[in-house]
Amino acid sequence: MTGDFWATLYVFVLASFIGLGVIRRVSRLLHTPLMSLTNAISAIAIVGAILVTGGDHPLRIRILGAIALFASMTNIVSGFLITDRMLKMFKAPPKTDAKSGGGHP
Amino acid sequence: MIGPVGQLTYIVASALFILALHWMNTPETARKGVYAGVAATTLAVLVTWAEPTVVHHLWIVVGLAAGVAVGIPLSRVPLTAVPQRTALSHAFGGIAAGLVGTAEYYLRLSEGPEWLTPFRMVALIVEIILGYLTFTGSLMAAGKLQEVRWMPQRAVTYPGQNLVNLLLFAAAIALAAAIAMHPAASWAPLLFPVIIVIALLFGVLLIIPIGGADMPTVIAILNAYAGLSAVAMGFVLDSKLLVTAGALDGSSGLILAIIMCKAMNRSFTNVLFGAFGQVQVAKAGGEQKQYKSETVEGAAQVLEQASLVVIIPGYGMAVAQAQHKVRELYDQLKKRGITVKFAIHPVAGRMPGHMNVLLAEANIPYTDLVEMDDINHDMPQADVALVVGANDVVNPAARTDKGSPIYGMPIIEADKARTIFAIKRSKNPGFAGIDNELYFSDRTWMLFGDAKAVIGDLVKELAGGSGMH
Repeated sequence: MTGDFWATLYVFVLASFIGLGVIRRVSRLLHTPLMSLTNAISAIAIVGAILVTGGDHPLRIRILGAIALFASMTNIVSGFLITDRMLKMFKAPPKTDAKSGGGHP
Repeated sequence: MIGPVGQLTYIVASALFILALHWMNTPETARKGVYAGVAATTLAVLVTWAEPTVVHHLWIVVGLAAGVAVGIPLSRVPLTAVPQRTALSHAFGGIAAGLVGTAEYYLRLSEGPEWLTPFRMVALIVEIILGYLTFTGSLMAAGKLQEVRWMPQRAVTYPGQNLVNLLLFAAAIALAAAIAMHPAASWAPLLFPVIIVIALLFGVLLIIPIGGADMPTVIAILNAYAGLSAVAMGFVLDSKLLVTAGALDGSSGLILAIIMCKAMNRSFTNVLFGAFGQVQVAKAGGEQKQYKSETVEGAAQVLEQASLVVIIPGYGMAVAQAQHKVRELYDQLKKRGITVKFAIHPVAGRMPGHMNVLLAEANIPYTDLVEMDDINHDMPQADVALVVGANDVVNPAARTDKGSPIYGMPIIEADKARTIFAIKRSKNPGFAGIDNELYFSDRTWMLFGDAKAVIGDLVKELAGGSGMH
């Protein structure tokens, strides 16, 4: 048990360093979509909610789990969808004929 | 206990999450990041659902369906409302962590108190405190951003505010320590809700003294809290996938908060505890300075003669929904061979990166969106700086006036351009409530009016002048 705790702490420290390294390289253009993406990712807390909701537990416990499940799922769905919606809007300039300038996509 | 297939799936999901963020480093690959995230989440949900301990499937289906039903409309909000949506999603993340933590505690208490070791109890209490605090704090932030009528937009302070917060925090820590050491004592289940109430209250109290101008930082900090509450949940459930995902979310929030603080020349403690926008109230009664205003025709003539135009957008552009008109202006100028760049201040808008998203929506190529540090090199060469709904981020008082609340904040040096046009709805000061010295400079001309209407008129003027369009 304590062994598990230390292993988990180990994972936490390493994951934080990976996070800091990766996030620092994220384009500044994309900080708004980054926030909605990480939000959707951390909604993976839904796995905890599934175990509580679906387990053979007293009703009041499962009600708490179901609300958490709903909240996490909302974040997953809206987080990924809105991130993709925003990212679709970022377009490079038209490569051909820069003089015409209008650049209609 | 989860089998090797499950464990392997969780490892793959963790790796996909890291890849997802890695792909965000350029707009070209960013959408792949979303697909990786979706794949990872789907895998993890399916594997968890297949656990033998999961027996009540109907409830899960209902919860998932409700989440889809609410999530889809939430993903379709106008982009001006994305800050509120983001704050709301932090609230959802917080409440999920808080509720799962609460459920775990009462469940284990009745089914096997020996599971509640001090390690787990510390993690569990951190989870619920961060979770509930993020919940109410984010709801407050969302309310302020949405400009809900009964919620004060400006910072609210009262004497002894920090002392009250500190005492509450100390009380929560004392209770937490007591419960962590004796989780199964007869009084523990009764004190547990007290911690929840304190955390909920704490979230409200933390956000009350924070003004609208600090919202980008606050959203980032709440993001970090939401991530850390997921990490704590990972410790409680011994799920390394959750710990990894939470750590990624937490470090993202932390980095964004640091960038926002640097962009305002303020420290974390200053943002969280030093209410902004209080200092200048005494100064407001000073001398009346005069604005010089310019007509749309005059401004259009100057713009036509320019070779480099820098447009500096702020939240006012979003409020006026002027970004599509700005795009038309961009087209008109580009057609004449004029170089047009957008100068993006990190805290322009109400959340990190907000301006970029709004301009991208208006189809402006992202290569013309330039960060503050890069554009400032070019500002002395700019023939025209056009300020659209930005205020504090172009205020030269940040460089010169030691008494100004924004002194020391890095700004976009619009005042170095040859001519400055500033579009402003009214003669009132900006969100931080500070007079802007830029507007009284010799080379600044004001275009008073709604940003959308003024830019629309500029476009008409330019289109008329060139004859054929």
